[in-house]
Amino acid sequence: MIRTGKLPQETVVVMDSHTMGQHIHRMAREIVEDNPDIGSLVILGILRRGRPLADRFARLIGEMTGQTPRVGSLATTLYRDDYRTGLGTAKQRGDTHFDFSIDGVTVLLVDDVLAAGRTIRAAMDEVMDYGRPRRIQLACLVDRGGRELPIQPEYFGWCVATRANEWVSVRLSEMDGEDVVLLERYNAEEGA
Amino acid sequence: MSLAIINGHLIEPSLGLSQPMDLLMEAGVVTKIGTGLRGDETIDARGCIVCPGLVDIHVHFREPGYESKETIASGSRAAARGGVTTVVTMANTNPVIDHAGMVEFVIRRARETACIKVLPAACATKGMKGEEITEMAELKEVGAVAVTDDGRDVASSAVMRRVLQYAEMAGLVCMTHNEDESLAEGGAMNEGFNSTALGIPGIPKAAEEARIDRNIRLAQLAGARLHIQHVTSKEGVDLVRRAKARGLRVTCETAPHYWTLTDDAVKTFDSNAKMNPPLREQEDVDAIIEGIKDGTIDCIATDHAPHTPTEKEVEFALAPFGIIGLETSLALTITGLVEPGHITIERAIALMTVAPARICGLDAGVLQEGSPADVAVFDPNAAWEVKAEDFASRSKNSPFIGRTLRGKVRHTICDGQIVYSA
Amino acid sequence: MPEARQTVWTRKDLIGIEDLSREEIELILDTAPQFVAVSKRESGIKKVPLLQGRLVVNWFHEPSTRTRTSFELAAKRLSADTLGITVAASSSVKGETLHDTLANIEAMHSDVIVIRHGCAGAAHILAARHDSHIINAGDGRHEHPTQALLDAFTMREHVRQRRGDPEAGLDGINVAIIGDIEHSRVARSNIWALNKLGARVTLCGPATLIPAHVEKMGASVTSDLRAAIRDADVIYALRIQLERQQKGLFPSIREYIRLFRIDNDSLRAAPDHALVMHPGPINRDIELATEVADGPRSVILEQVSNGVAIRMAVMHLLVNFGGKKPTGTL
Repeated sequence: MIRTGKLPQETVVVMDSHTMGQHIHRMAREIVEDNPDIGSLVILGILRRGRPLADRFARLIGEMTGQTPRVGSLATTLYRDDYRTGLGTAKQRGDTHFDFSIDGVTVLLVDDVLAAGRTIRAAMDEVMDYGRPRRIQLACLVDRGGRELPIQPEYFGWCVATRANEWVSVRLSEMDGEDVVLLERYNAEEGA
Repeated sequence: MSLAIINGHLIEPSLGLSQPMDLLMEAGVVTKIGTGLRGDETIDARGCIVCPGLVDIHVHFREPGYESKETIASGSRAAARGGVTTVVTMANTNPVIDHAGMVEFVIRRARETACIKVLPAACATKGMKGEEITEMAELKEVGAVAVTDDGRDVASSAVMRRVLQYAEMAGLVCMTHNEDESLAEGGAMNEGFNSTALGIPGIPKAAEEARIDRNIRLAQLAGARLHIQHVTSKEGVDLVRRAKARGLRVTCETAPHYWTLTDDAVKTFDSNAKMNPPLREQEDVDAIIEGIKDGTIDCIATDHAPHTPTEKEVEFALAPFGIIGLETSLALTITGLVEPGHITIERAIALMTVAPARICGLDAGVLQEGSPADVAVFDPNAAWEVKAEDFASRSKNSPFIGRTLRGKVRHTICDGQIVYSA
Repeated sequence: MPEARQTVWTRKDLIGIEDLSREEIELILDTAPQFVAVSKRESGIKKVPLLQGRLVVNWFHEPSTRTRTSFELAAKRLSADTLGITVAASSSVKGETLHDTLANIEAMHSDVIVIRHGCAGAAHILAARHDSHIINAGDGRHEHPTQALLDAFTMREHVRQRRGDPEAGLDGINVAIIGDIEHSRVARSNIWALNKLGARVTLCGPATLIPAHVEKMGASVTSDLRAAIRDADVIYALRIQLERQQKGLFPSIREYIRLFRIDNDSLRAAPDHALVMHPGPINRDIELATEVADGPRSVILEQVSNGVAIRMAVMHLLVNFGGKKPTGTL
């Protein structure tokens, strides 16, 4: 679905600040359980909203284990697959930046919403161009379904199968001034 | 077989006529100008102007040597489509027209293939090299109507002086292309802000003006008549104006593109905006129009210079100079000079008929009882779009393609024969 | 983090800076840093798949090592296939027009044509008629747009560093361009770009090499080197073609050096922070003294590095966002 800039017909709060905190905390605990050696875990937040989430995971993991994983940003824009179809835009979301090696470590990719899986494919290709991690994992706050590639998150907060006229909007206090996840319903004809 | 043109508005500058009038012609000559005339054949010229067939004393028909650009046959058809019944062809063919045999060749080819009157100018110097003067007396005898090295100037002032002296003796007008080639060398457009911004080497106006000045001074020294070809710049017009004020026998021409376009036309790197002398700037356009209005500029001539698309569709600097003009000159004159009110239609026709004919001493450009039945019939109000595919010329190198112009030729009659009808 | 910018790239071709808006120039400059980072990857693969499977043809009608290499590398770092066609200057007069030759190249399904040509307007007339994305890599004296873009990018990086402001632009800076302005496409493209970006331009060179009315392009003109560089934030020396002297356009190399060389002596007239730039290749000790070319103010090698990133940005924008059809009728 491509949003046309029109206001949604209906907006439902599906995750408030408190619930979001609980989900993130639980996911952090699962990450720690899965990764006994936090020293060989690095976190790459997919720009733009994956980055603040990555920072939150790192802080929580640090509090839980006494060891804070290193965090970087991944733009993925140079690896998108939609330029040739004319769907790409020249929007700059910021640049990939991390100042550590990813060879032989676990790379945890973090994004706010997982849908088709194409961004994650691009992110994995980008990561692989920087080195050879031991493994790559994926954490998403919301899995809204609609996968077009065989990609599944190891860690997710809330899972919902959205319809074609529905849009999941994640707002984070670092960028948007509040923690909330909204499900926006658009008039089907307008939204299509 | 007589031919009558009726219901038209006759403009005959040499008689000062401009009124509804019929025209009757027979056996190639005008037999009667009057009202209520009828002939075996009749052209109804209602709404049209009827005038002497136009005269263009500056065209390149490229034959012999460059027949892929134009031939005397195709050039004459282009002339007919433009209402032109007499042209003077330039001598820079291959070989050049610098001796009697070559003049006779052009005259024979014209007789065999042309639908209008094609009169050759001959070279001023042998081989157009600017060194030795040609056998002008014989050239005149066999039919040359002027001498010129058009396409080039005569670099040596001493040679130019002799050309002018000798042409005067031979009774031929010398027509000069005015260009200091060392100053213009490598240039492809007017030198000015546009050439700087476009990075195209420029041709300064001084290259033309310095030579107009020199040629005028040499004509004065030689006591000779001089015709300055394609004046383009403000200072150039002024030099001619001052020469005339001094009583010198100097005439000059300009071409429709010099009052229609400026060097802004080069901004798209369209090689159809490349000609020599080059398109100048707005102040020059204004001065050209002023020169036409005050009589400094004596006539309109097109410098019809055909080049094939293959030759023209190249990098600007590599393209040859020149554009075709015969099929658009009347319409550009009406659109650019008459419509805006700079000159009357009567004056415009004089500039394209009797005035150029007088410069070369031609029996053309007038419609009197007994004169050759060369007539143009055109609708001064009809608008038409210039289209490449409509040109009768072999070449299509016109910067006016796509423009809508006013003034459309309906019939062209040469020696009493209809040679073009739209 | 800055909000997503709204400027949209729509051009099929990059012909000259004169046609571009300030916003378009800034979009190219802002697209380049991610490509600087790609080239700087220490471990890992120094390329991205943005032009994977595309064919970039470098079609050079004039000798060039620097620009040609830079375009080729830019294409390769975008994962494109590259093909080089070098044309001897004379062979263009063999009966085939530029349009014919490009039609033949396009018959091999090219996507991007990088053309350098000795005649002004060569890229322009091709872009107006052909489907390929045309990038002007220098046309006669007319324009060399990617050079001006990489120069502006390099200047902007240094202004940002010096002011400690990551958003700073070129507004208000003074750039002195020294040398043969008349024959320089680099000077022309830079004058357009710097004016659009808000910089002030001063041109300085022998009077015989200053083109008519160049001040109307947006520059002040002087033949006094020290006056030209007195307030300069950037001193941009142009290459002096030695054959111009043989054509009598200036009296001697000796006198050129006396009047116009950037060396430690003449640099005393300039502010301490003034950068020294040059489009390359340098005539050492003629327009630029070795002590300056290799000195601390020189950013000449940064220009070269940034050139690859700028050309990657241009190809990415043209191919992935630009229009696909020619608009002209030439």
